[in-house]
Amino acid sequence: MKRNLFLLAFFLIFLITGCGSNQEGQSGPASASAYIENKGSDTIVNLALAWAEQYQIEHPEIRISVTGGGSGTGIASLINGTVGLANASRQITADETKQAEAQGIHPVEHIIARDAIAVIVNPGNPVSQLTLQQVSDIYSGKISNWQQIGGEDRPIVRLSRETNSGTHVYFLATVLRLGDSKSKTLFSTDTLLLPSSEGIINELRQNPNAIGYDGLGYVPKDLKVIALAGKQGAPYVLPSIATVNNNTYAVSRDLYMYTAGDASDAMKAYLDWIVSPEGQKIVASQGFVPVAR
Amino acid sequence: MSNPGNSTGTKSDLSWQEYIITRAIRAAGYSAVVFVALIFYFLLREGLPTLGEVSFSDLFALRWYPIENYFGILPLISGTVIVTLGAALIAVPFGIGTAIFISEIAPRWAREILKPLVELLGGLPSVVLGFLGILVLAPNLRILLNLPTGLTALAGSILLGAIALPTVVSVAEDALDTVPRSYREGAWALGATRWQTIWRVTLPAARSGVLTAVMLGIGRAIGETMTVMMVTGNAPVLAVTPGALFSPVRTMTATIAAEMGEVANGSVHYHTLFFIGMLLFIFSLVINVTASAVVFRSKKRAEKVLS
Repeated sequence: MKRNLFLLAFFLIFLITGCGSNQEGQSGPASASAYIENKGSDTIVNLALAWAEQYQIEHPEIRISVTGGGSGTGIASLINGTVGLANASRQITADETKQAEAQGIHPVEHIIARDAIAVIVNPGNPVSQLTLQQVSDIYSGKISNWQQIGGEDRPIVRLSRETNSGTHVYFLATVLRLGDSKSKTLFSTDTLLLPSSEGIINELRQNPNAIGYDGLGYVPKDLKVIALAGKQGAPYVLPSIATVNNNTYAVSRDLYMYTAGDASDAMKAYLDWIVSPEGQKIVASQGFVPVAR
Repeated sequence: MSNPGNSTGTKSDLSWQEYIITRAIRAAGYSAVVFVALIFYFLLREGLPTLGEVSFSDLFALRWYPIENYFGILPLISGTVIVTLGAALIAVPFGIGTAIFISEIAPRWAREILKPLVELLGGLPSVVLGFLGILVLAPNLRILLNLPTGLTALAGSILLGAIALPTVVSVAEDALDTVPRSYREGAWALGATRWQTIWRVTLPAARSGVLTAVMLGIGRAIGETMTVMMVTGNAPVLAVTPGALFSPVRTMTATIAAEMGEVANGSVHYHTLFFIGMLLFIFSLVINVTASAVVFRSKKRAEKVLS
């Protein structure tokens, strides 16, 4: 009787561990049939959906599924072999490349669009321009009242995306650390880490104390965008397609897709279409900046 | 199998059925233990490597920022504790009060309306409560209490209180219901008022059940994830003063939910998240063991009084 139970337990353990090891080899057949699984950055997810919809209309034999979750999530899925095409709003890190190589996967990078990060506040906030240094000081906790930067006497509530967001990592490197890779500046611990863009926009809409940031494509019209100056004395510039393309806006970046090894035929055709003028037209319509060719 | 016309055959059929059914029930009973053991084994296997990878002083430090290898889990533990305590402070008095009202005071028709309503509250998906929290509760808390932001431990506590409330009410109400009517009649015969009867006789008699209700409620609150992730602001600040109730906190459950999707299998961060899951498991184990220990002891005392 007891021995039977132990047998059952062992059987269950084998069942569970067996399932785990099965998953690793699944990327092959998924990309061989004309089915593209596309996952990653929440910044890109709407853009990727728009691409997928348009592309599937033109090529009905291709099926593309698009999900978000964050750049880290997408790259982790690429490494685990659960998706064939990962969206990322940041470059793959050395750590991640190492993990991928350990799994026998060689990630290949494709630049698919450009993006600017807008610093946004409640429309009732009188502050309309800041230097990058000031934004950095706000998020690192050195400035904690709007009065210190020419606003009302209100505490500053710092809003950020979660750490699995590529936007978060990019903001940390470019704004908080002002692009200095040796800097160890960190977000102030009382920074609110919200799980979605909607969470940030919701809070900004109703809270005059709050400051937040998000991809240009996600900023609704009823919030106030701050004009940024790269350095003290430099002109304050609002983010727009024009200012990103002529490099006057300080916080802009490339957006990426990663494939495991060289893209399969179906995927290569899709990536080529994305960077074609037709694909890049969709980029502009989603509030992002087309890749200049 | 055996011949159906034969009476001994029918008997052996019955005993066969009996054998299978007992075995099936027994297996179902043991399976709960087996699953818990397997889950705990899995948590240990994935979580314990943390202790080798992160030094003890780094693990029990004050900063949680895993993408730069800061793995201090104290802010997360304090966040879970303060939100859960706040939820208990709301759910326990309201829950037991409601249970007493439903079982002792309310007329039959009110009871028949109230009970299903409370159960309905229990059936609300937590993500819906989270939405209400973001759109209604948090903005109003900010204005009402003049806080920098409404996304605070308090908002989480209130919503978790609402989530734990139905559990507390229905279990406590069941416990009060099982108190024999003769106890109350005895108290009334001695001239006790209704309140004296409830406070001195009915509630103490149902004590073990009420305590179970409280513990189950706390257990429900401590493991809740979606709501707290949406409304507590998720800022990993050490929350030890009562004032921390009015500032953003980050709970253990929200941390696991927000970060598990991003980690690569087998990394330090991955192991640390499982370590946090292990701590959560131990927390609820301790709560359950304490509850059953207290219940057991109070039963023995009651038996002593009766004998």
